[in-house]
Amino acid sequence: MKNAIQSILERYGFDRTRLLDMLRDVDSAFGHLPEEALPLLEAGLGLSRADIRETASFYHFFHQEPTGKHRIYLSNSVVAKMNGFHAVRAALERETGVRFGQTDPRPGLFSLFETACIGLSDQEPAMLIDHVAFTRLRPGKVADIIAQLRQGRSPDEIANPTGLPDNDVAYVDALVESNIRTKGPVFFRGKTDFRALLEQCLSTRPEQVAHTIQKSGLRGRGGAGFLIGLKWSLCRGSPDEPKYIICNADEGEPGTFKDRALLTRSPREVFMGMVIAAYAIGCRQGIVYLRAEYTYLANYLNEQLRALEREGLLGRDIGGRKGFDFSIRIQLGAGAYVCGEESALIESCEGKRGTPRVKPPFPVQYGYLGKPTIVNNVETLASVTRIMAEGADWFKSLGTAGSAGTRLLCVSGDCGKPGIYEVEWGIALNEVLAMVDAKSAHAVQVSGPSGECVSAEKDGARKIAFEDLACNGAITIFNRERDLLEIVKEHMQFFVDESCGICVPCRVGNVALLEKIQRVIDGKACQNDLDDMVRWGGIIRKTSRCGLGGSSPKPILTTLEKFPEIYRRKLVEQDGPLLPSFDVQAAVAGYAQTKKDLEREVEA
Amino acid sequence: MSIQITIDGMEINTEEGRTLVEVAAENGVYIPTLCYLRNQSCLGTCRVCAVRVNGNISAGCTVRVGKDMVVEVNSAEVADMRKAIVEMLFAEGNHNCPSCEKSGRCQLQAVGYEVGMTVARFPYRFEKRPPEFAAGKIWLERDRCIFCQRCVNLMRDAASGKKIFSISNRGHRARIEIDVGLADAMPPEQVKQAVDLCPVGAILEKRIGYDEPIGQRKYEVHSLRERTLNTEGASS
Repeated sequence: MKNAIQSILERYGFDRTRLLDMLRDVDSAFGHLPEEALPLLEAGLGLSRADIRETASFYHFFHQEPTGKHRIYLSNSVVAKMNGFHAVRAALERETGVRFGQTDPRPGLFSLFETACIGLSDQEPAMLIDHVAFTRLRPGKVADIIAQLRQGRSPDEIANPTGLPDNDVAYVDALVESNIRTKGPVFFRGKTDFRALLEQCLSTRPEQVAHTIQKSGLRGRGGAGFLIGLKWSLCRGSPDEPKYIICNADEGEPGTFKDRALLTRSPREVFMGMVIAAYAIGCRQGIVYLRAEYTYLANYLNEQLRALEREGLLGRDIGGRKGFDFSIRIQLGAGAYVCGEESALIESCEGKRGTPRVKPPFPVQYGYLGKPTIVNNVETLASVTRIMAEGADWFKSLGTAGSAGTRLLCVSGDCGKPGIYEVEWGIALNEVLAMVDAKSAHAVQVSGPSGECVSAEKDGARKIAFEDLACNGAITIFNRERDLLEIVKEHMQFFVDESCGICVPCRVGNVALLEKIQRVIDGKACQNDLDDMVRWGGIIRKTSRCGLGGSSPKPILTTLEKFPEIYRRKLVEQDGPLLPSFDVQAAVAGYAQTKKDLEREVEA
Repeated sequence: MSIQITIDGMEINTEEGRTLVEVAAENGVYIPTLCYLRNQSCLGTCRVCAVRVNGNISAGCTVRVGKDMVVEVNSAEVADMRKAIVEMLFAEGNHNCPSCEKSGRCQLQAVGYEVGMTVARFPYRFEKRPPEFAAGKIWLERDRCIFCQRCVNLMRDAASGKKIFSISNRGHRARIEIDVGLADAMPPEQVKQAVDLCPVGAILEKRIGYDEPIGQRKYEVHSLRERTLNTEGASS
């Protein structure tokens, strides 16, 4: 073990900021983070046990307990559950002989875990086996995969039987479909002359590049919608050096998968967006923060980076410009939705827990390693490349006054054609539903759990734009047969699981909301419970530290507003002074047991 | 730069960039705080100092005052938000004040009184939170930890600068941890410092229990409000 840990430490230059990478390597080498490994890491990095443990225990792809040779993560997203999740889950347990979440002190071949949306909502049910994706699962397919694993074949050999090299796009295509349904003016164009584009950028001053982006009206595609040109100018204007640019590829919002497709089909557009940003703000180092669920893209993306270096579009003296040096490294995450928040993402890049920072200061002043940093979404950066090719005015002519350009929609759920669609901002929800063949749409979850659940009937005329129905890309469609209350519960459970826990309202309040929604489902809630949910939800949204708590009550609040009948149907009348949810038998049932436990404790 | 702001309609002259909770206290407006420590970097974890600033709710400890800022502290709605957050903490942990070593000296208890809390509106969880006795001089009573992060950020091993305390896991599974080796190397003054730094009774010195008589304990002598507002005779 000592040698293994030593070589992992050496691999990352004993650099504390690479703790996530080291823990990933230890975890995959030993199937968990063995207690004996910690003193070696402590000594190598000058950290205390407490310090290592706080990072190690934060991310859900790290294991504190031993796991089997193959670790199987089945996506338990809402869309998976609409597409046969339960049968697949049962088949996995049957075929492996292992139970989900079971910890075995001497694990064998398999360990089974459920995990939140893995960015494959267009091809659920889906799972990751040792980071290799398997999609469109059925019990028969599961039986076949497990049988092959038992015969000693690796997940890679099963998913990729022809042995394609994993740094080639064909490998990614063998694992997952891109499902790009429409090609619009901005994305998936192909055939861009990046050298000419770069030369054109370099012929203008850096301020001019930032100005072009500002003039184009491009707003951040991650969700918050901040003006990108302004963000760049603020970072550029920050007196401190060096500066950093980070590409946020931590696509964690359930129901989104466009960044996966962009990174598969157009990685160069994304990386060139970073190069252009680097020129505009004056920066030499970039990081792509890639969510752990997309590990199967990492070698392919690294190869694309190397190719850009070989072509002189990345690395030293880029585009022949003496002194324009910029390199990009990929930082893999380890499983935490909150790392999509830019300051949490920065903390994670530094090898720490993914907890959002107190703001101000903002990352443009105090970001990665305390230096001015811009964090831009994958889709944002791909847009940048296209804007520089076609011009700010061209881009601004697309979309609406407040939302320039186009947006990639990730459509899933009850529709005939799930996949990725490029639309101009301002398109009506009805038009989207018609385009994707959603004939029986009843409710539409726009922007995933952190967005709004709207009514196809009442909100069909609303426009998808920052001015009206803001959308981070996810469009998840539910027909009338779906149990919306169960979906609300799933979404609340997601936020409870993914809250980082650093602030009180998000850590505590969401648990209370989850209990309330369960009470409604159980038919034990009265009007008073609904009023509580609205009041508590408002408090959590307003007082939480970051956007996670700022939006976590929305599954409840938006369905209460749009579909009050699903709640009303479940309500009971309060009869007498006691709440209907109060069960006197249950309340006193624990007394005898508690007394016994206490007596035993005293004796011990 | 000299600026003017208003707090609950009162016009206040102050310097730009100062911390809002400090400016408020100097002008006789008490804003409850739990994680905040004067002259230390802002933790912003407890959110108990929620106030409305130019229309939006913010944690007062994270706000730097600016020109013409309009602050609302004591409106019924904002006061109730602060009270709700305190109640959340009481519902989350197991806080049995009468049997707690820190009673009368506990900032959470004191803030509970200040916000007028009698019972939590949220269901009490009564979760098992096993204490940690492994270190020689300090024990952790996890029932009471409010995850303020004071100890995590401020208590360091003098020789190495390493963290002594940390939070493991995330969300509602978060747990306070201690590095036993480093804790055992803490000199007696630092142990006392850690106990005093903890706003609740989560970090306690072993072999010391109820060492101050009821009626003479910190917040019984001078209330938290008096101490925060620096009322004559009281100090924070």
